[in-house]
Amino acid sequence: MPMTITEKILAEHAARETVSPGDLIQVKVDMALANDITAPIAIKVFNEIGRETVFDRDAVALVADHFVPNKDIASAQQVKFVREFARLHNITHYYEGGDVGIEHVILPEKGLVLPGQVVIGADSHTCTYGALGAFSTGVGSTDLGVIMATGEIWLKVPPTIRVNIEGTPSPLVGGKDLILHLIGMIGVEGARYATLEFGGETVRRMPMYQRFTMANMAIEAGGKNGIFEPDDSTRAFVDEHSVAGAVYHRSDSDARYERVITIDATSLEPQVAFPHSPANVRNLSECGDVTLDQVFIGSCTNGSLDDLRDAASVLKGKRAARGLRLIVIPGSPKIYREAVREGIAETLLDANAVIGPPCCGPCLGGHMGILAAGERALATTNRNFVGRMGHPESEVYLSNPSVAAASAVLGKIGGPGEL
Amino acid sequence: MMFQGKIWKLGDDIDTDLIIPARFLNVSEASELARNCLADLRPEFASSVRSGDVIVAGGNFGCGSSREHAPLAIKASGVSLIIARSFARIFYRNAFNIGLPLLESREASEELAEDDEVRVDLAAGSIERIADSRRFASSPVPDFMAEIIKAGGLVPYTIERIRKGEAV
Ligand code: SF4
Repeated sequence: MPMTITEKILAEHAARETVSPGDLIQVKVDMALANDITAPIAIKVFNEIGRETVFDRDAVALVADHFVPNKDIASAQQVKFVREFARLHNITHYYEGGDVGIEHVILPEKGLVLPGQVVIGADSHTCTYGALGAFSTGVGSTDLGVIMATGEIWLKVPPTIRVNIEGTPSPLVGGKDLILHLIGMIGVEGARYATLEFGGETVRRMPMYQRFTMANMAIEAGGKNGIFEPDDSTRAFVDEHSVAGAVYHRSDSDARYERVITIDATSLEPQVAFPHSPANVRNLSECGDVTLDQVFIGSCTNGSLDDLRDAASVLKGKRAARGLRLIVIPGSPKIYREAVREGIAETLLDANAVIGPPCCGPCLGGHMGILAAGERALATTNRNFVGRMGHPESEVYLSNPSVAAASAVLGKIGGPGEL
Repeated sequence: MMFQGKIWKLGDDIDTDLIIPARFLNVSEASELARNCLADLRPEFASSVRSGDVIVAGGNFGCGSSREHAPLAIKASGVSLIIARSFARIFYRNAFNIGLPLLESREASEELAEDDEVRVDLAAGSIERIADSRRFASSPVPDFMAEIIKAGGLVPYTIERIRKGEAV
């Protein structure tokens, strides 16, 4: 029976020949992930189940990345609880302090997630690893606690929506713009329960960091996972970051899709999502006069070294507008170090940016850049819900890093062409 | 399982940041979370919700983050079940996993109003408005999910699987 890449991975992990959309299956998990917000509840669930050890101490990643360096006493207590659990169970992949970066940035960087795997995380943006051709999805803490105890999860096989992207976009248009455009087209419910499978000639030429950005935001359309079929770029990424273990699947040419969407990227403009939904998308040229109080470049969506390179090339020799706060957070310590070595950090500092330590920072309104009532921010993050970055009466706009950088200089939303 | 309560009516795409804003996530005790449930959307909710009350919402309820704090906050606030046109996927799993039942009903989502009182038979999937005895149909809860609810949530369900030797 013909299958999609998602169906093949799930069938293999359920020890079945084939699976079809709608099947409820019990699946073996290759990597389980939780962070400082979701791990504490997962650990309580694990303890309640009463198993003595986690199913595989090498296959659990605990990343304290959200409210760190601990922003208050309550967050310090949470991280302490996770740290003690990690010590007790000898968890190999426990990260905090100078080892920590954003979970979805450091797992691929450390080679802990591979093509063909099932990766389940207690974080909605776990779908990021679909960029590698893995099946990865977010769950809640109870599911994660059960996985830590049993190494398994129940899943419903999702139907797949195939998204073919064709044409050569302008150099200012990348993965962020394509995914925002798609979410604008299909809405925040457009892929609910479904897989978004990306393909087409534009995708084949797309560098890995932009694929991570696109897979990351599959959840913003309600998707269960976003996935790319591995190709030479994937193999090169895997060879650079991991040891053996990758399994390279492709969808069969006659695989069944619930829907096929085709996007012509040729004349697409950079996209900006207006408050308060990632689906409220406009072309950059149609944004009008939106003055800004803050620009934030970072997060698991756009916190990679290449994202910082994109931003720095726009900011070179320029300065953030007076009164505008420019905050940049590299996604991992390795990216931070490389940004210093390449001179990106200096370019950013010259542009009057504040560079934060690798963590989620203001992305979820945690700390290091919270908005006051009535303030407006442009961010390279993935969500602009009410109150996402601070006061419920603040506003968040979403864009790619080049537009964010240009907007920081302009003091209002605009592109590099306007500098 | 039967439930009876007064309705809190919410709109479409109620996201997890509205259900429990991230600034309150530095704790994980359910009772603490309940104190800030729907804080930005319905500030009066936490203090005036009563045990047994029912949330009725539009489409895509619970979209956004995977935070289980969202269904936990709702459950700990006393809400007995949520009826919506549709639910976001992770929220749907999380709610059943912690033993908070959900029903999908387009009709009920459209017709029921704030402060209506309803009686719900979960097993039958029937929703009845007390005032005029009008009934609304809902999609049946899948057997597998019903089994989890019957066990009291995913944790007791898993403990049972381990006991029976079904989980390694
Ligand atoms: S960077 Fe933002 S979206 Fe990504 S994991 Fe952190 S809080 Fe979530």
